Amino acid sequence: MSTAYGSGTAGHVAHHGERPRGLGRWLTTTNHKDIGTMYLVFSLTMFFVGGTLALLIRAELFQPGLQLFNPGFFNQLTTVHALVMVFGAVMPATVGLANWMIPLQIGAADMALPRMNLFSFWLLFFAFVLLISSLFMPGGAPAAGWTLYPPLVLQSGSAFPMAVFSIHLMGASSIMGAINVIVTIINMRAPGMTLLKMPLFTWSWLITAYLLIAVMPVFAGGVTMLLTDYFFKTSFFNAAGGGDPVLFQHVFWFFGHPEVYIMILPAFGIVSEIIPTFSRKPIFGYEAMVYAIASIAFLSFIVWAHHMFTVGMPLAGQLFFTLSTMLIAVPTGVKIFNWTATMWRGSLSFEPPMLFALSFLFLFTIGGFSGLMLAIAPADFQYHDTYFVVAHFHYVLVPGAVFAIMGGVYYWLPKWTGHRYDMELAKWHFWLTTIFVNVLFFPQHFLGLAGMPRRIPDYATQFADWNMVSSIGAFGFGLSQLLFVWLIVKCARGGAPATAGVWDWPHGLEWTVPSPAPYHTFEKAPELK
Amino acid sequence: MAAAEHARDPGQYYFPHGSRLPFYGSVSLFVLMAGAAATLNGAGAGAWVLGLGFVMLCVLFFLWFGTVIHENQAGLYNEQVDRSFRMGMMWFIFSEVMFFAAFFAALFYARQLSVPWLGGEGEKAVTGLLWPDFDAGWPTNGPGALSPRDDGSYEIIPAFGLPAVNTALLLTSGLTITIAHHAMKMGHRGMLKIFLALTFLLGFTFLGVQAREYGHAYHELGLQLGTGIYGSTFFMLTGFHGLHVTVGAIMLVVIWLRCLKGHFTPRQHFAFEAVAWYWHFVDVVWLGLFIFVYWL
Amino acid sequence: MSIAKRNSRLSAIAGALATLAAVPARADWSLLNMPRGVSELSREIYDMHMIMLWICLAIAILTFGAMAVAMIRFRKSRGAVADTRMLHNARLEAAWTIVPVVILIGMAIPSVEKLIKIEDTTGSQLTIKVTGYQWQWHYEYLDSGVAFFSRLARSSDRARQLGSGIDPNTVDNYLLDVDHPLVVPTGTKIRVLLTANDVIHAWWVPAFGMKRDAIPGFINEMWIAVDKDKPGTYRGQCAELCGADHGFMPIVVIAKPKAEFQAWLAQQKAAQS
Ligand code: HEA
Ligand code: HEA
Ligand code: CUA
Ligand SMILES: [Cu+2]
Repeated sequence: MSTAYGSGTAGHVAHHGERPRGLGRWLTTTNHKDIGTMYLVFSLTMFFVGGTLALLIRAELFQPGLQLFNPGFFNQLTTVHALVMVFGAVMPATVGLANWMIPLQIGAADMALPRMNLFSFWLLFFAFVLLISSLFMPGGAPAAGWTLYPPLVLQSGSAFPMAVFSIHLMGASSIMGAINVIVTIINMRAPGMTLLKMPLFTWSWLITAYLLIAVMPVFAGGVTMLLTDYFFKTSFFNAAGGGDPVLFQHVFWFFGHPEVYIMILPAFGIVSEIIPTFSRKPIFGYEAMVYAIASIAFLSFIVWAHHMFTVGMPLAGQLFFTLSTMLIAVPTGVKIFNWTATMWRGSLSFEPPMLFALSFLFLFTIGGFSGLMLAIAPADFQYHDTYFVVAHFHYVLVPGAVFAIMGGVYYWLPKWTGHRYDMELAKWHFWLTTIFVNVLFFPQHFLGLAGMPRRIPDYATQFADWNMVSSIGAFGFGLSQLLFVWLIVKCARGGAPATAGVWDWPHGLEWTVPSPAPYHTFEKAPELK
Repeated sequence: MAAAEHARDPGQYYFPHGSRLPFYGSVSLFVLMAGAAATLNGAGAGAWVLGLGFVMLCVLFFLWFGTVIHENQAGLYNEQVDRSFRMGMMWFIFSEVMFFAAFFAALFYARQLSVPWLGGEGEKAVTGLLWPDFDAGWPTNGPGALSPRDDGSYEIIPAFGLPAVNTALLLTSGLTITIAHHAMKMGHRGMLKIFLALTFLLGFTFLGVQAREYGHAYHELGLQLGTGIYGSTFFMLTGFHGLHVTVGAIMLVVIWLRCLKGHFTPRQHFAFEAVAWYWHFVDVVWLGLFIFVYWL
Repeated sequence: MSIAKRNSRLSAIAGALATLAAVPARADWSLLNMPRGVSELSREIYDMHMIMLWICLAIAILTFGAMAVAMIRFRKSRGAVADTRMLHNARLEAAWTIVPVVILIGMAIPSVEKLIKIEDTTGSQLTIKVTGYQWQWHYEYLDSGVAFFSRLARSSDRARQLGSGIDPNTVDNYLLDVDHPLVVPTGTKIRVLLTANDVIHAWWVPAFGMKRDAIPGFINEMWIAVDKDKPGTYRGQCAELCGADHGFMPIVVIAKPKAEFQAWLAQQKAAQS
């Protein structure tokens, strides 16, 4: 995408002659747009890495019997797939969008702490160098699932400390990124941009950033305890010393549950930008939308043990976590209904961003419903650790978070590159993606209900048919993503010039600057009416 | 780098245009972490890599803070920049609070839940069947009586010995730094220097006392990291705290040196305040430790 | 634009056809839904599951219906003009906050009742201690001292090796068969004590409805009771990732009428002493 800046912005480039060229630019830039671009490119790369691992998983599960991998290696695939997708693909994608769009949306010239911004990015990069290289260590990568439960994870080989340290680096990167977002939003808004005038994407990120700062350190503490249990004889998770393996699960999910909202809240924000634009009318119930995000974030701190209904929690605990978890459906419902009401009596058109947002609306809700079913402790005794859970979280993560991100890319791509993209191709990408994602994940509900456990490389023969369907869906889905990359590359290289507003009914400051957005924007704070 | 080159409106927010430090810093941390992993895995060269990473990291701090100090002295930072730094520091401290929260949570979980269960009390009392000889109580090194001593025994450090002395030291240091802060605001630079120096001297004394205490625990009391859940929580909590005191004290020294050089004004001294906040945070954590780890 | 639309329609249809074609021919209801099971608890859980499913389906029809109507009626291509005055509506918003709360309360009440029942292990007539090992189960009848290990059947074990060349379809109960099944009496409240020797495992037989973790150093409790009139063989699997062979530590339970069970137990006791 780097070449895109050149043409339209000659005046600015000449003015700010300090922008280095070539590799040096990417190693030293403190520009929020450059850093945003780096995050996005990194994220797309990781999406392919994680996706390739997923395809290997699906290939092994194509039919019963072990054809490709040893069971131990299969577990490594599952573990690394999840870590790469969560920390390498989805989170950096939303951070990339935050970097690009928050300053544009609030009329700031850049992020508040530009050097730290770059530090966040490169730390993330090296965290993944460390994690991915652990795949090639003797004994292979950690194979205890992305949840890293002890005592199993303590049986890992020499990859173990690398994985722990890579999580430390990711944590440091996320915390710095989150601090930057908060400080930028609180301190850098253009005059007149009051909090309740901020676009919802910015709002969603403000709250996400608080979640990040609150839970990443807890996760860091948790993996540190794993490390000392492994190397320094501590007994946090060892009953003989008075500890408890379940303690780790509490620590992990105190982080892990907010973590899933860290992935979905920015997605909510993106969808809240797209739907009004293509309904040609402002969002319905803006304030309620803000309060809904805040309530979801608050509730996310008190529901964590719904991942642990089978660990033998005291009855009161199970009741509490069932009830608190169910509550999350209320603010989430408010969001879904407000989006629908935004479309109501609008003037709808179906450009690619809108298509993805609509698909999100339907499919995320399906994922939400299965989430609600999981929240019922007695029913979860059956669902837990089956493919029903796998189906749930892929519905909220793939047609949820990932679709919103893709919609966001289609929404803002002309603003980034200055070119219109190939709508035709984008629609093909959309339809193939939407169809295959359902072929891929819907049958997993059936598998789970019929009794197929998750995290197994081989299964009983009655599960064969649906697994085959799911694998076919996976390969179809994967191949369709090649269209996405092709489209982005094409758009970055050239195309019909995009206007500043790009869409029919642009709203918000980002559509007042030219496309492509000049290297420096809002050096003089914009005036708000 | 090139920031100072073009004419700036002094009221404008300062954005550094390009810096090599973040990339260099990431490489340093990567080297440090890779070295630590290799060392833990017993690779011979690991320690060297770890050492290299550490040196690189020290250089990073030197360069990074050097740049910031330089920019500050050059008057590039307006009030808005100052606010950004303040907020950044506050949220950083909050993240540290959450880091400690994880270890405090482990302590409370063990004391309130897992240890009683292992001893056959509470909701999961059946667990007691596995450990018929274990009596729940605190402190404990668990039903396996994990300890470096052959008989599985160990002793603990009583709260009202050295730990109480250390509490006094840290609380006093919280006082001295506040006095130093007032001195700074009033422009009494002599007082400022003395009380700042006192603060870090108290900090280092604290560390000295703690080191003694650790030596005593390790060699004479049979109290080590491996002494069951008590040893684990004790050393992790106090150890991470000690690490933070070390970092805080070093920062105090740096600030002190800067005071000697005549940096800061009664109105603008964010770096001083940041370190003071950090020091107070370390102080508060210690109070929690003293109460929940040593005393109760 | 119209070509674009036709193309996207075409691709939609093609995709839908592909989906249909992929649906396996021998679709069977038991492969789509949770089993009702053979115990009181499993039926309670099944009912809870179905209540949730129907409620979610009903809400889905309403919400998705509204979205679909909006998408059809308010298309710009059909001349719809946006009504930009519609920015909020306190009554409507209150309604769609309160109605879900009411629905949730409706769901919560039965689930709390069921949970309390599930967690009540008192009044059991038999206690079995189950210990998870990497990768087999150990069963111990606490009252009679009978104990044995139970691991994946040889036939499955041979076929599941990487590149074994054995077609799993030719193996009886592939991956769901063991050498020594657990035997339990029907019509009896059985208390199961779960623990593990190395890492966390989870004991799960879908037909009994219950799943619970086996945690090293701790004991978890649960109870099962097979219906009096449902003797038979029930199969399940370890349900917590426990290492390389997590997928290969099945559970097989044979439920026998009480008298037959007593005879079996006596025979085992004799054989073990
Ligand atoms: C983006 C990620 C994301 C999101 C948004 C969610 C959202 C939700 N999740 Fe999910 N979840 C995951 C990611 C996510 N989850 C992951 C990754 C795991 C597995 C981790 C692992 O084990 O590896 C998991 C696992 C998981 C479990 C544990 C299952 C188990 O292991 O046994 C549970 C249990 O309660 C749960 C519940 C929920 C609920 C109640 C919501 C709610 O937020 C959903 C709310 C939404 C709706 C309900 C739909 C819209 C609402 C309406 C239309 C209003 C009206 C509706 C009603 C009144 C019913 N999730
Ligand atoms: C944001 C998170 C995220 C995302 C995006 C995905 C995306 C996908 N996941 Fe992921 N998954 C998780 C998070 C995610 N997953 C988590 C948290 C777990 C739990 C792990 C655990 O149990 O510990 C999990 C577990 C998990 C399992 C269960 C494994 C097990 O229990 O053993 C499976 C199995 O089907 C699976 C499949 C897929 C597939 C097919 C995709 C697809 O959507 C991927 C699509 C992308 C591509 C395919 C890449 C693009 C294309 C190419 C590479 C080009 C080449 C293409 C061809 C040659 C065809 N995932
Ligand atoms: Cu035992 Cu999984
Ligand atoms: Cu959750």
